[in-house]
Amino acid sequence: MTVNLSKGQAVSLRKTDGGTLTAVRMGLGWQAAPRRGLFGRRTREIDLDASAVLFADKQPVDVVFFRHLVSDDGSVRHTGDNLVGGAGQGGDDESILVDLQRVPVHIDQIVFTVNSFTGQTFAEVQNAFCRLVDETNGEELARYTLTGGGEYTAQIMAKVHRQGGGWQMTALGTPTNGRTFQDLLPAMLPLL
Amino acid sequence: MPAELVRGQNHPLSETRVEIRVSAGTPVVAGATLNDEEGRLRDPGWTAHPGSPRLPGVEVPRQAAADHRLAVDLAALPEGAHRVNVLLALPTGAGGPASFGALAAPFVAVTGPDGAEVATYTVTGLDAESAVVAVELYLRQGAWKVRAVGQGYAGGLAALLEDQGLPRARELAAAIEEAVARGTARSEAAPPVPPPGGAGPIDYRHPRRRTIEPPPPASDSSADPSPAAPPSSADEPPRPVAGDAPGWSTEERLYNQVWGMFEDLARTTAAYRGAVDFADSRREQELDEVLSDPRSRMSAAADAARERARVRHAELVDRARAALDRDLARLAAESEVVEPALPPAFARWDSPVWHAYRVPTETPMALRLGDLGLPEHGDLRIPMLVRLPLERGLWIDIGRGHSPASLAADPHELRRLGGELATAVVGRMLAVHPVGDIAVHVLDPTGTALSPAPPVDFGLLCEPPATGPGGVASVLDRLTRHVDLARMATRGRTVDSLPPEADTAGRLLVVHDFPHGFDDRAVTRLRYLADEGPSVGVHLVMVADREEARAHGPVLDPLWRSLLRITPVPDDHLADPWVGHAWTYEPPLVPEGGRILTRVLEKVAEARGRYGR
Repeated sequence: MTVNLSKGQAVSLRKTDGGTLTAVRMGLGWQAAPRRGLFGRRTREIDLDASAVLFADKQPVDVVFFRHLVSDDGSVRHTGDNLVGGAGQGGDDESILVDLQRVPVHIDQIVFTVNSFTGQTFAEVQNAFCRLVDETNGEELARYTLTGGGEYTAQIMAKVHRQGGGWQMTALGTPTNGRTFQDLLPAMLPLL
Repeated sequence: MPAELVRGQNHPLSETRVEIRVSAGTPVVAGATLNDEEGRLRDPGWTAHPGSPRLPGVEVPRQAAADHRLAVDLAALPEGAHRVNVLLALPTGAGGPASFGALAAPFVAVTGPDGAEVATYTVTGLDAESAVVAVELYLRQGAWKVRAVGQGYAGGLAALLEDQGLPRARELAAAIEEAVARGTARSEAAPPVPPPGGAGPIDYRHPRRRTIEPPPPASDSSADPSPAAPPSSADEPPRPVAGDAPGWSTEERLYNQVWGMFEDLARTTAAYRGAVDFADSRREQELDEVLSDPRSRMSAAADAARERARVRHAELVDRARAALDRDLARLAAESEVVEPALPPAFARWDSPVWHAYRVPTETPMALRLGDLGLPEHGDLRIPMLVRLPLERGLWIDIGRGHSPASLAADPHELRRLGGELATAVVGRMLAVHPVGDIAVHVLDPTGTALSPAPPVDFGLLCEPPATGPGGVASVLDRLTRHVDLARMATRGRTVDSLPPEADTAGRLLVVHDFPHGFDDRAVTRLRYLADEGPSVGVHLVMVADREEARAHGPVLDPLWRSLLRITPVPDDHLADPWVGHAWTYEPPLVPEGGRILTRVLEKVAEARGRYGR
């Protein structure tokens, strides 16, 4: 069952039985650019990237992206860069796994972003989506359809932040522009 | 292809002898009731349950288990029985889950006599129910069919039986519970508890990596004695088990587990240090803010702000320390079961496995070169395992480094300890390789090196230590020629046509007193061996003080850089590959004056004698 969140909506990451969430996964999927003709290699590949930025008191202290696949503390892991996209059948082409129980105590927010490294806007990418999944049972917590998202190359998707003893997720869905997460930092700060 | 039924769907059965397999992931009670044409329980005896497992044509297991097989012979059912209800219930009072909602959906398969699945049904959608009619086999117009029912009862077995129209359902439910409890106690008392420390079945789950690991395969024995384990006890770390990592062999699993522990330790320490650094910088910032206003600097409000900053700092550091302590406790518990399970090549010299040492028939995948630790870890140490064959030579640094231990030691003591470390490393290399797989050459130009005494004593060197410049040059020449030939043969894939003196055994060259007795030509040869040797199994162990070789100038810098530096006294110079902490290396010196090493090498010498090599 998909929960399509509206922007700014907050979801407490508590399970129905009262236990808090222990692991979430951000998934990003898109369809590879079609190959055509004799010179198929000249097809312009589409490379979307998923990143997670770890904040302590509104200062970025660590980031997990295609050049730093595991946060220093090991709690956030990127499963690897996909440079071309998938079949567009709804499977995740890039994933970031977050073990919330092991996130260091000073980290209080984790922001998930998507950006188009090759520069195509979301209007040009087929079947692109990003989603946040409860890794323990595979339940989808939030999903955004990026395709048709207009002339933007990046989206600040959602943040998970500490709330009491547990974690809460807030859907952000803020469109912006940028090639890597660094370009998005100014847009992220007001959302913390 | 079996039919995958959804709730309410039915499927014809072509056979009258069928088996119903249930897997629930946690112990459940399985039973069956029979109904007549009108769906009534005609006879109170028409129930099969653990207390009375047999009916004509139906047999159910005697105890609760995660997996069940129920045998049903539809042709042998009592006269007038038109329906068999297969029911599942959770045992009460066993400390297990109270409702099916807390479990993975039970899976039911109807199979023919040949074991082929005819129809399957996953009983989904259960919540507070603790008993369920999973499937029914029913007679319709002379033919038997199976239907997915999935009717659950929050009132448990009693409510289920009552719904079947059974008088005194409550008493029967209680009797069934009692029979189950008896069965559980019986089966739990039977098998001896496996001793802790790896003798039991290997549990592949890792305390913290298990959110990613697949669940362990469910055992398929109906006599599964495992007590009902609560499924979601994420707060209770499972007991650590040795060999709890992927791999083809026990050795590989232990190797991967040690590296997994190393990474966990590095990362949890990074989390702790990150949090403390953040707390420090935040306190600095807050104190700066107080100081930035000269008027309020000395006021009571400023004191309060300072106090607040201090409390916030202490609170965050305390929480970081608590998280670190939690992880260290888990890793220490894991280390306690892993260390005794390590084979000789991975074990400390004081491990009992060395007392049971036997000359191996295969080269191990890695060698323990020492222990690693960080100041936050107390007594916890991680074995430093390097792959064999060694990818780079070793440099036992007997110079005065920057570590307090090496600054405190006097040069002669460092030299002596360096010799001891070389003995420990060379002895271990000899011990873990099969007979004849490694030959040791020693260069001792001044003839003063005390070590490696034991290998000399037992004639384990392939020749006496080479002394004087002539000896050095001769050994280096021969080894260089060996590397040349071996490289050519490997490249041309003609290893079989090597001349007899260039056997394919690995070589270990131990260099003492460098650079005494080395001229420029010998230094060039040595550099060549350090660069090209590892790829053809020629390894270098240098016991040297870099300062003494200063006269050779920068030509030696690449040599030092290409070697793995280890020290005879603890020194923090090794970085981990994940976050780059500076780990303190502790050398694996042999305890009690090296008695155990002597005994081990005696056995190696004896085995060599037997093999005539």
